[in-house]
Amino acid sequence: MAVILKTVNLHKHFGMVKAADNVNLTIQEGEVVGIVGSNGSGKTTLLNLVTGYLQPTSGEIWFRDRNITGLSPREVVALGIARSFQIPQLYTGLSVLENMLIAVSTRSGKSCDSWTPLHMNGWKEEAFNILRRFGFENDARQVVANLPEGGRKLLDVALSFVLKPQILLMDEPTSGVSGKEKSWVMDALLSALKEAGVTAVFVEHDMEIVEKYAERVIAFDNGRVIADGTVHEVLANPSVRQVVLGVE
Amino acid sequence: MKRLEKVKVGYRVAIVVGLLLLVTAPLFVSNWIVFVVTLGCAKGMVVLGVVLLLRGGLISLGHGLYYAAGAYAAAFALNRWNIREIYLLIPLSLLAGGGMAALTGLLLRRYRGIFFAMLSLAFSMILYTVLFKFYDVTGGTDGMRIHLAKEGVPLFFYYLTLVLTMGVIYLGRRIIASPLGYMMQAVRYNEIRVEYMGASVGMVIYFTYVISGMLGGLGGGLVALNVGHVAPELAYWTACADFVFVAILGGANHVLAPFLGSIVFEFVKNYAFKFSPNTWQMTLGGILLLIIFFLPQGLWSLTETIERKVIQWQLSSKQ
Repeated sequence: MAVILKTVNLHKHFGMVKAADNVNLTIQEGEVVGIVGSNGSGKTTLLNLVTGYLQPTSGEIWFRDRNITGLSPREVVALGIARSFQIPQLYTGLSVLENMLIAVSTRSGKSCDSWTPLHMNGWKEEAFNILRRFGFENDARQVVANLPEGGRKLLDVALSFVLKPQILLMDEPTSGVSGKEKSWVMDALLSALKEAGVTAVFVEHDMEIVEKYAERVIAFDNGRVIADGTVHEVLANPSVRQVVLGVE
Repeated sequence: MKRLEKVKVGYRVAIVVGLLLLVTAPLFVSNWIVFVVTLGCAKGMVVLGVVLLLRGGLISLGHGLYYAAGAYAAAFALNRWNIREIYLLIPLSLLAGGGMAALTGLLLRRYRGIFFAMLSLAFSMILYTVLFKFYDVTGGTDGMRIHLAKEGVPLFFYYLTLVLTMGVIYLGRRIIASPLGYMMQAVRYNEIRVEYMGASVGMVIYFTYVISGMLGGLGGGLVALNVGHVAPELAYWTACADFVFVAILGGANHVLAPFLGSIVFEFVKNYAFKFSPNTWQMTLGGILLLIIFFLPQGLWSLTETIERKVIQWQLSSKQ
């Protein structure tokens, strides 16, 4: 399998705080990778650095054969890297369908088109196809603010999915979601991503979810990678057990 | 669904009746009312420009800039270059407004909230000062006269403004329903998501701003041709504030709302002046406060109230 994402000696310092401290990791194409760690361990910082939300203090980020260090979010998205957020970033006053149609028209490079109707048939058809894939077919007219947290999380990922990314970075896709909804969200997410051949990286606190869905796990502590391997290897690692799981 | 269809038909009938009333108005109302409606429609275009930005959460306190640019472009073309062809003067006004917005928009697109509002106001006040101080070129406080000697000119301008208003309403509808129109709402709700969808927030605001400036220029040009005079006050902060005020008065939920708000505002202003010449601003303020108090979503929200009442009435009559 080819390497799709790589970080080399990546550092991000906020004053004295080292949010990323010499992070070296590689993600293979087609993998489902779980990132674990306690709060403030640098998981979200890593996602922010890769997607251009933050600029690294030093080090490099490579996407396939291209050095993407310092690129803006828009440039990163254009290459095929998409992300979802811990707090869903949606257009809350608009309907689910309108959120999706905006995403589809943007992907078509028509975000500044002032003439074509947004609800035109081609875009509508594509939007409904994606909504069906993520189980939103009955909620298309629902205003996003009225969706349950699980629905909003799923829609957040579905919007990124519209971009047809090669790799999708998800920040705590199940946080704030009820126990019952968690598996539903992850099943819907990963089946759609697998079907489309998208490499998936997700940050997660719930170890049951990590055990069930991740093929590989990377553990963080104080901005450093402290373990990297299969689920069982990482969860059996004494440092991970102590720092992440809180088990002596 | 059937009820919704009926309501839609009701809307269409109301719009057609309104249009017929406007077309035939000169036959049964006095000239001053025709003139006030003409001004209301022309200024409604400027307000529509403000509303396009308002939908993106941007309050432009400087639309007097484009309004004045359009008005002065027509005045300059007529007085300095002797262009008397009205079908050239109007596009010139539109281009002047759009061109000015294309320049200022380069800077303004970077700002939000109060900074956007105040910077846009600052640009407008700069133009006001230029128009005020450069007497030899602009006529200073005296302004410039626009004289198009034609028989039946007021009526001609009324119908011209009406036709252009219809055109602007059609374009406005298309813009609001287009990706750009929705993107402006998206910008209001979540800029981060817009950027992470691969779109440029700056470009979305810039394009909308230029369109908005064009509408300002067009409205300004029409007002100048109707009134026959331009003065620096067109770019003064009170003129700018009027546009924002009317945008709130009419509402931002429908393309017709700015025109409704603008026509009502012109009438209220005129009647306030008629009945209380010394305290007309106070009367105007009081009436407008009442409207805002009882219709916080603007005058257009009345149509939504009527729609709800009609549906309720239909439901109760079936039972």
